[in-house]
Amino acid sequence: MLKGLKKAALARSLWIYHVAASPCNNCDIEILDLLTPRFDVERFGLLLAPSPRHADLLLVTGMVNKKVLDRVLRVYAQIPKPCVVAAVGSCAISGDLFVDSYNFAGPLDKHIPVDVYIGGCPPKPEAMILGVVRAIEKLKKLKDL
Amino acid sequence: MNMSVGWVFFYLLVFPGFLFTSVVGLFYTWVDRKVTARIQFRVGPPLLQPFYDFFKLLGKDTFVPEGAPRSIFLGAPLIGLASVSVLSTVLLVSNFFPGQAFAGDLIVVLYLFAFVPIVLILGASASSNPISALGASREMSLYLAYELPLLFALATIVVKSGGLLKIGDLLQWQWTNHPFLYSASGALAFVSAFLCMQAKLGFVPFDIAEAEQEIMGGTILEYSGPVLAVLKLTKAMLYFTVSIFLTVFFWGGFRSPREGWYHILGWLKPVAIIVLIILIKNTNPRLRIDQALRFFWSIVLVLSIAGFILATVGL
Repeated sequence: MLKGLKKAALARSLWIYHVAASPCNNCDIEILDLLTPRFDVERFGLLLAPSPRHADLLLVTGMVNKKVLDRVLRVYAQIPKPCVVAAVGSCAISGDLFVDSYNFAGPLDKHIPVDVYIGGCPPKPEAMILGVVRAIEKLKKLKDL
Repeated sequence: MNMSVGWVFFYLLVFPGFLFTSVVGLFYTWVDRKVTARIQFRVGPPLLQPFYDFFKLLGKDTFVPEGAPRSIFLGAPLIGLASVSVLSTVLLVSNFFPGQAFAGDLIVVLYLFAFVPIVLILGASASSNPISALGASREMSLYLAYELPLLFALATIVVKSGGLLKIGDLLQWQWTNHPFLYSASGALAFVSAFLCMQAKLGFVPFDIAEAEQEIMGGTILEYSGPVLAVLKLTKAMLYFTVSIFLTVFFWGGFRSPREGWYHILGWLKPVAIIVLIILIKNTNPRLRIDQALRFFWSIVLVLSIAGFILATVGL
């Protein structure tokens, strides 16, 4: 019962920490849109966390390059578990048109476990809300947390 | 005054202490978020959101940063929680059960209020994070800024009532005469104490020590999991306690001896105070620490001293 409470509480209160891993900034602007009054994700308990130590949901945007990879790994290590990772935008998912770039470090899920993929260049805020809903569904299905 | 140990523990832990204050305090944070959302034309979080947040944080990992003294880093939030529980008990007991208080509890309240910034400074300094240390130094400066006007505001009502130092006696004075707020000196004292409490809660425009966008949470930056839950709970309880503090000392308490509708209307006083706090919070930008110091040491201090002088001549 305690585990159920823990899971239910986590699914209703995901605090976002947002890592810009060498993006072109479009995804980041769409993430900011997500937090504006028009979409208002605080309805679902989502809040922007000031520090990775407070976060539950890590949003990674941009194609992860060799220099920024170390920072992404460090931020991921600093998030208290259990947490959810979302790759936002085509770059974080696959590298998109930077796939042949000399400094591309590979898609995000090569380095850290990714739970939700939110495609698009940039993804619409509606797509991100759908991604969050999928993350919540995934959390609810998990047996051990 | 003849209280058994059992009753003292009941007061401290269940009602009106820890349990009651934490539930009402978490509800207050929901009111805060909902009113903020409505001001920004949003829908806002559901009613149980603060409880979800609290239980979620209880279920997460806790990190202790490398090089941080474990006992102080993890112990400081617990001291804060304990002191706010005692504070709310002392404030509420004399309103619910007049005669159950002890002499000089006004001074105890002042010292317990000082515990919250001290605990935040201790925890942040122990976290071995330079940004937290910056938050701690700002919290310290802010505390020095608002403490003197707060003392003058309380001295005003003590002088006005003819030297009463017991919360129950101060309430009795207000019930037989009039609430301090309805006199010139009391109104000035209320305004300065209100602004000091806004800074004590760390709300905009005085959230300089936490400043999410600037120093990433400052004093609470390194906390995670259950310890962060304790800190958030302490803040929520402090929110409720501050509204009770202002009601009890300046507005005749939320429970007047008159029966009937006044009884229910009295409960709206703390709510009116927090709505005012939320409105100020949502319509002001964050000040810099030097601006906050200047504001408290010039405008608010002058206001509170003016109130004190008016009280000495009996206005």
